[in-house]
Amino acid sequence: MAGKTLYDKIWDAHLVRQREDGTALIYIDRQLIHEVTSPQAFEGLRLAGRKPWRAEANLATPDHNIPTTREERSRGLDGIKDPISRIQVKTLDENCQEFGILELGMNDLRQGIVHVVGPEQGATLPGMTIVCGDSHTSTHGALGALAHGIGTSEVEHVLATQCLLQKKMKNMLVKVNGKLGPGVTAKDIVLAIIGRIGTAGGTGYTIEFAGEAIRSLSVEGRMTVCNMAIEAGARAGLVAVDDTTLDYLKGRPFAPAGELWERAAAAWKELVSDADAHFDHVVELEADTIEPQVTWGTSPEMVAPVSGSIPDPAVETDVSRRGNMEQALKYMGLQPSTAIRDIQLDYIFIGSCTNSRIEDLREAAQVVKGKKVAANIELAMVVPGSGLVKQQAEAEGLDRIFIEAGLEWREPGCSMCLAMNADQLPAGKHCASTSNRNFEGRQGFGGRTHLVSPAMAAAAAVAGHFVDVRQLNNA
Amino acid sequence: MRKFSVVEGVVIPLNRANVDTDFIIPKQFLKSIKRTGFGPNLFDEHRYLDKGEPDADNSKRPLNPDFVLNQPRYRNGTILLARENFGCGSSREHAPWALDDYGIRVIIAPSFADIFFNNCFKNGLLPIVLEKEIVSKLFQEVEANEGYSLSVDLTSQTITTPSAEVIHFEVDEYKRQCLLDGLDEIGVTLQDADTIRDFEQQWRERAPWYFATPGQAGN
Ligand code: SF4
Repeated sequence: MAGKTLYDKIWDAHLVRQREDGTALIYIDRQLIHEVTSPQAFEGLRLAGRKPWRAEANLATPDHNIPTTREERSRGLDGIKDPISRIQVKTLDENCQEFGILELGMNDLRQGIVHVVGPEQGATLPGMTIVCGDSHTSTHGALGALAHGIGTSEVEHVLATQCLLQKKMKNMLVKVNGKLGPGVTAKDIVLAIIGRIGTAGGTGYTIEFAGEAIRSLSVEGRMTVCNMAIEAGARAGLVAVDDTTLDYLKGRPFAPAGELWERAAAAWKELVSDADAHFDHVVELEADTIEPQVTWGTSPEMVAPVSGSIPDPAVETDVSRRGNMEQALKYMGLQPSTAIRDIQLDYIFIGSCTNSRIEDLREAAQVVKGKKVAANIELAMVVPGSGLVKQQAEAEGLDRIFIEAGLEWREPGCSMCLAMNADQLPAGKHCASTSNRNFEGRQGFGGRTHLVSPAMAAAAAVAGHFVDVRQLNNA
Repeated sequence: MRKFSVVEGVVIPLNRANVDTDFIIPKQFLKSIKRTGFGPNLFDEHRYLDKGEPDADNSKRPLNPDFVLNQPRYRNGTILLARENFGCGSSREHAPWALDDYGIRVIIAPSFADIFFNNCFKNGLLPIVLEKEIVSKLFQEVEANEGYSLSVDLTSQTITTPSAEVIHFEVDEYKRQCLLDGLDEIGVTLQDADTIRDFEQQWRERAPWYFATPGQAGN
């Protein structure tokens, strides 16, 4: 009999009840909660007179609607100008109070984007099942946890029962062999993977990311990769546990300590796929062939290496794909065959749960250090992923580097990743963004998003258009 | 939850692949703390020519005449026909809420994004996966025949076309039952409360490190 994949192991350990039709009741160890997808779930509990099954399994923080200027933040809830946003954040505070759920409120130093906060606090642990009413919950798989996004009805279901009804996914292995070249990062790996398998390539699968290039990444880099598993259609991404994982977690506030840590760490070391495990689908990439990536269209799969150019729909043989490309180029206001380097930019956004951790900010700061943002850039902003990331960055002087180069240094939140707060990309403007979605209107009505790594966004800020960060460094 | 049995209605052809959740309901409408009222903003960025805001009077906004929902022949449609990977992107349940609030009961496509697919069943909506070729054929028929409607029967798992052609579809048995009976899934799961409690107890003994109270572990 074949061995088990990491996904199989975590699944089996959490199986409460298998139904005959293939659905299963899976026990959930941790639920993360934010203000956008939870109000209707709490309301559902109230209407049915139900209580949380295990309140302490939940951890909440507001992130999507939170303003990011210091002036607004200093005024607390009143600083949220949009009354509907304010109500949503206030509703989270009230619900957490009422149901006894720990919330890191908007001006708690530990507040931040929920997917940055979970791992940072050690609330994300290897081997856990983790859910959140947010598709980028896949991020937490970087620590060897089975983590995925759920809808609001399921948020309510998990609150009330500590379980989720699931059908087991299939297993996919994405192996990135060899070493990355200098200036190429985790973001480029995952964009290249999506470019290869497409935005629906992972639908129905849990993807385990493996291979030397993944193993060599820090936990933060692995989070960037797993974060975008959902952009490849997979609800969950996973990376096996190793010493890098354990080193990252040790001493974090919610992680076990002392003797309990020793026992946990020993158990977690088993969280790897067996050598003879069966994967339903295997994809391999060679790391040294991956260049810095830039998306040119309105789907993360519409991506090209920085040395490349925008493809020409006229030579696409698949009719429906050709139509998609034409629609995308029309929306983006771009011409076929334009060199990626010739795409002019107006905005720069460095942030989001994909790329707003300390290493991302270090990478970006290193590129802009001693340089100035190009004159044609209307706004370049850096939004740290949490209050603790911000504090760390300031301790290292990164904020000064950004400010001196002409970038704005903001308070933590989702910000212009999806523009639910006041940070919006105006119509027709092109933005180099370190976020994860370039859908129409994602960063603002009519806004045009190009997904890139933090280093590439920083390089673009200095040049005013895309440049190969590897060449900028040599210049 | 509303019970689902037979839906008979006009088909709306949304000829586009990878329709994402931002396309279905843009983010500014996610600020609501309610489950209802999203219908007027379904496909907002394509249905109207201006930018929608949660408190705007939608009846006064300029409509995009080219968008399928605004074409008189598809008004009152209850069955949405779409292309591959429908509902990709975020986990927002506001997407099925908006479709439901508008009056859509069935969505037919060659494939759906996982989270969206699940969310539909929780809200009395039936997503149906059909072969790409069959979907393409339906697109042709809908576009060629004004008033084209289908009859979808969940009990027999069949779709009947105007020319009396019968198309069979697959659906997960548990999900089918929940839809047919309008079941409260939480109530069903809580029937297993003892099993869950037993599991939890064993799990707590095997992996106590997951049960430390957040904020207190190790302190
Ligand atoms: S940063 Fe963006 S993708 Fe991440 S949780 Fe916030 S809105 Fe979603």
